[in-house]
Order: sequence, then structure tokens, then C-alpha cells
Amino acid sequence: MDSLNPFILSPGKLEAEHGVATTAETKEELKSYETVGDITVDNPRMTARDVDVFYADNHAIIDVSLDIGSNEVIAMIGPSGCGKSTFLRCLNRMNDTIDICRITGSIKLDDKDIYARDLDVVELRARVGMVFQKPNPFPKTIYDNVAYGPRLHGLVRTKAETDEVVFQSLEKAGLFEEVKDRLDQPGTGLSGGQQQRLCIARAIAVAPEVILMDEPCSALDPIATARIEELIDELREQYTICIVTHSMQQAARVSQRTAYFHLGKLIEVGPTNDIFTNPSAKLTEDYITGRFG
Amino acid sequence: MTDSNVSNDSASLVKQSLRRRHRSEKRFKLYGLVAISIGLVFLVLLFASIIGNGYTALSQTMMQIEVDLAADKIDPKQTLDPKILRAADYGGMVKTALRKEFPDVKKRKQKKALYQLVSSGAAETIRNAVLADPGIIGTTQTFWVPADDDVDMLVKGYIDRDVPEGDRRVKDIQLAWIDRFDEQGRIEKRFNKAFFTNGDSREPELAGIWGAVVGSIYTLLVTLVLSFPIGVSAACYLEEFAPKNRWTDLIEVNINNLAAVPSIVFGLLGLAIFINWAGLPRSAPLVGGLVLSLMTLPTVIIASRAALKSVPPSIREAAQGMGASAMQTVTDHVLPLAMPGMLTGTIIGMARALGETAPLLMIGMVAFIADVPQSPVDPSTALPVQIYLWADSPERAFIERISAAIIVLLLFLMVMNGLAVWLRSRFERRW
Repeated sequence: MDSLNPFILSPGKLEAEHGVATTAETKEELKSYETVGDITVDNPRMTARDVDVFYADNHAIIDVSLDIGSNEVIAMIGPSGCGKSTFLRCLNRMNDTIDICRITGSIKLDDKDIYARDLDVVELRARVGMVFQKPNPFPKTIYDNVAYGPRLHGLVRTKAETDEVVFQSLEKAGLFEEVKDRLDQPGTGLSGGQQQRLCIARAIAVAPEVILMDEPCSALDPIATARIEELIDELREQYTICIVTHSMQQAARVSQRTAYFHLGKLIEVGPTNDIFTNPSAKLTEDYITGRFG
Repeated sequence: MTDSNVSNDSASLVKQSLRRRHRSEKRFKLYGLVAISIGLVFLVLLFASIIGNGYTALSQTMMQIEVDLAADKIDPKQTLDPKILRAADYGGMVKTALRKEFPDVKKRKQKKALYQLVSSGAAETIRNAVLADPGIIGTTQTFWVPADDDVDMLVKGYIDRDVPEGDRRVKDIQLAWIDRFDEQGRIEKRFNKAFFTNGDSREPELAGIWGAVVGSIYTLLVTLVLSFPIGVSAACYLEEFAPKNRWTDLIEVNINNLAAVPSIVFGLLGLAIFINWAGLPRSAPLVGGLVLSLMTLPTVIIASRAALKSVPPSIREAAQGMGASAMQTVTDHVLPLAMPGMLTGTIIGMARALGETAPLLMIGMVAFIADVPQSPVDPSTALPVQIYLWADSPERAFIERISAAIIVLLLFLMVMNGLAVWLRSRFERRW
């Protein structure tokens, strides 16, 4: 099964490449693994319980339970294909568009099941925004990029209201000063880092509760990355942020809690400091010390 | 062997292979240049032959005759009733005028030859003049009337005076008369307005393409109105909404097959369904447009799907991530980005439809129709069918008119392709 999916490291390959034996050799063995650390928080915004995700026959996420606290930045790390992005996309049902994807378990936003029949996915995505790996502004003006969400959800009625929301969002995303003179120019004409901040401005324009970020800095240079990281820290005061990242330094810099995924399993979760200085699980330790990943 | 030897060796090997690669690169470039040159040569030949044959159709030989508009022949009771004015025997007056020109022509056969000098359209010219201004009745007026197509051909130099009389369409005696007209300066080539304003005619000097142009425009309008919205909707559904299963696969395969069906088959289908079963009028641009829509639809759908596919998925993700519904994603983002490609595909399909003859033959648009159609349900013909019809006619004068009609058709196509280019650059957006 694993050999069918190139993204899932087969343990044999790991051993051959790195000369270390992992504590869990196969996905089968990992199935009965219990997550280390406290998955709960005092004031959860989203709670995931016993989530399993299948892509056709591939068991991509295995029995993951995790709380996401209000106004915290939670980082999800792990090797490629470990399921961290898949889990993130479950949180605003972006996986709905994939026909072969099947999800079981429960994910709640403020105690309301987001996979409930009576929940409209449009409403969910207004409350749980998303920023993607590659900056993907619409091929419209900077202004229209930010104004799209509020107009779509009917949050603004007049030009003045729209202006206010657009300016505030750009301000919050730290982009307003740079673009205030060219709001009528295409968003695609900005630099990569500016585009990503535009996407963040677009996401916060609909006043979401949670912002999901799927490797938001992987296409950016270090300076642009530093700006986004600063921004994430500022946004934490108003929003809950889940960030998937490949960079452990980034996770250490921006997050308060860190969750480590491996082969579709949530291995360990805890305060970021503890995870990086004193991991409890052998797999976590191997990963953060750079033995594989 | 030392390390430096090894590297020297490989360096020279690389050099050798480099030379080979450069050679093959040059060769490849040359092939391309040769191919393009051949294409250009044929294009130039095509245009040269068409324009060379066709430009003479832009002028028409006219003759000046003096016609006695005797009141007792036109309107004996002086009613000035247009009905009576229209019914008068203007052909007879033209004949009288010609006889007066050459009083020594007495034999019946010679008279007939004399009458053949001017077109039967001469009577029409005089009738129109009289109807426009009945005040000229009772006077003698000079008129420039179209010459017969044989005279036209002679003046344009297509008829050789040196061949024996028996093999010539213009007889010796007619040559003498024409020369006399010429000496008096009463024969002249003028701009052939009739070619652009008239419908079809059996007489080449009266035949025009306007009827066919209007027929083509109506046909294409019907085709555009039907095939663009249906094609774009079908492409959107198949690409953005339809589940991927055996049924949609089957539909896709069949659309691709339909694009390759010979166009005459669509003509037969149109004959069976639109005319025989639905009872729509024969020879009408409406039916022609319906048939050509059937033919164009697969092209439009395939082009539109390709345009939709080329929209990056990140745009869809961005829109969905903002909470746009599937339909809003398509209408707000995907469709505007795919529109230039869709329009280009549609116009290319329309250009193909414009040049299509076979299906129109099946639904009767090949009939001889002299009137310019007033609506899409009037009997009509289309440009390529008109060319086909004229190519079937024996008169020498139709040859130049065929080429001229082809020039008009090509201009039509160029305008449409230019429109496609303009639309694409107008709507294209970068992402």
C-alpha cells in the first residue's frame, strides 16, 4: 500500500538512507500508537476527535485527536507526506473537492460539527480562512482581491464600508503602506512576499476566527519570510492560527504549541518549547534532531 | 592514466559531441525555415492567382445609349401610376435605340446580334430612372447601361480577336459595332457596383454577392447565438461540475468523435430533423445556422474545455478557500480567465462554419436565389455555396466573379480571425 504512494516514506527506505531504526517500523505498527502529550487545551476553538482520512485505499490520517486553542499559533510539522497538510485541509473542508477523499471522526468549531449536514461549507470557510503554499492572488486589482470575500458574504454594502474593510485588512497584513498608491493595479504584479501578505489580507477581510496556513513561506525569500512570521505573531491576538511548516526553526519561532505528525499519525503534541528542547517520543526526537525528514 | 588526462579526454569528447549537436541544431533550424518558405510560397501563389483572376471583376463595361422615352409607349394616358410606369416595355426601347444607332441593320439575325450587345439589365436601368423621375418621359435621354458579359470579356481582353469567327463568342459584325462605340468614347469600364449590391443572376454582368453575404451573415449569427452559449455551458459543466465516471468519459469520447464527423453528415441530419421532421423552411439561413451549430459545437466544447483546464487550480482553491460556492468560483474567477481561449475557439469554429459548403447543399441552400434575404427564414444561399454555383456556370465572365467572391470570403475570414486576436489580447489576464 505504501509503495503506491511516493509521498509516504517506507520505513525500510528510511533505514537504508539514514542508518537509524525508527521506533515504529510500519504504518501498521503505528496504528495502535498513542499520541504523546496533552491534546486538549483550556479554551479550544476547534476540536478534532478520532479523525481518519482516506484517499481511496490510502489511509492518510490515522485516528488523530487534537484541540486548537483560541488565540494560539499551533504549528504542524513532520516529514513530507505525513498528513499534516491533509489534516489542515480537513479543518475547513477543502478536501471536499477531492472525489476520492473520505473523512470519519468529528471536527468541531466552537462546539458545532463542521461536517454536519446542516452546516454550509460557505459559512465555514468564512469563519475558517486559508492561506496557501504558493501565493495565489486573484488576477484582479489589489483592492478587488481584498474586497472579494466581504462582498461575497455580504459583509459590506456601500463603497465606504468596503473601503474601510479593505484598508483595515491591508493594514493588519502590513501591506497598506506599500500598496496604498496602487490599489487599482493587479495583485499579481506584487512581489512574492507582498502577494502572500495580500492573500493574508484577503483571508482576514472576512473576519475569520481561524486562519489555516499551509506552508505560507515555502515560496518566499528569508526577508519576506521574516515579515510574514512577524505578521503571524501580531495576528495571534485576534485570530487562531494553524500553520503547517517544513521549517522547524519557523515552527519554533512563531508557534506556542507544536504537533508532530508521522505517517498519518499524530505522534506528539505539546508546548513548542518542550517539543524542541525535550521531546518525549523517540520519533519526534529523531525528526527534530535531523535524523530524517 | 592520470586525472588530468581523464579530464582532457572528456573535454575533447564533449567538444566533439558539441560540434555534432550544433550541426544537428542548424539542420533542424533549416528544416523549419524550408517548411515555412514552402508554406509562404504556396500562400503567395494562392493569393496571386486569386487576386490576379479576381481584380477585373471590380470593373464592368458600360455602354452609352440614347433612348427615346416616348410618352405613348410608357404611359399613354399620363396617369404617372408607378404600376403602369413599371410595366412599360423598356427592353423594346433599348432595342429601338440600338436600331437607331445602326440603321443599316435589317436582317433578323443581325438585329438579334445587335441586341446582344447590351445586357438585359439595361431595361432595368432605364426603368429605375423613369420611376425616380417621371418628368423625363417624352424626352430623349442618354444612359450608361451594362454591356453584355461577352462584350465585357472582349473589352477586358479575355476574348482573342484573332481566332476564327466560328470559335469566337463575339462575331465580326459585333466587333465592328463595338469598335464604333469605342471610337465615339461611348464604351467605358466603370466600378462594378452591381457585384456588391445585387443578388445572384443568370447574367454574369448582373450577378452580385450581396445575397450570399447576407445569407452567410444570417447563418453565422444563428450559429453563434446557438453554439457559443451551449458550447460554453456544456464545457463548464463537464469540466467543473460533472462527476468523473464512466458516463462522462463516454460523453467526452463522443464529443471528440463528433468533431471528426464529415460535415455532410450533419447536413443529412439537418435535412432529416429540421426540414423533414420539424418542418422548418427549406434553403433558410435558420436551418443552415442550426446545422452549422451542430457541426461547430464539438469544436467550441473542446476549445472551451481546454481553456478551462488551463486555468491554474490555485485560483479555484483561492476562491473556494474564501468561501465561494462552486458556481461563484466558476463565474467570478474561472470563466473570466478562460474566456479569451473560449472566444478564440468559438471564432475558429465560426470561421470553419463560414467556409462550409457540403451541409448547406443538403438543406437546399444551393438553390438559385436572386433575391437578397430579408430575414433568417427567407430562402438564401451562402458565400461558399455561391462560389460553388458560379463555378458550375459555363459563362467566361463568371470565372473572374468566382475569384472576386473568394477574395470577399477570405476578407471575411481575416476579419473574423483579426477579431479573435483582438478579443484575446483585450480580455487576456496574467496570473
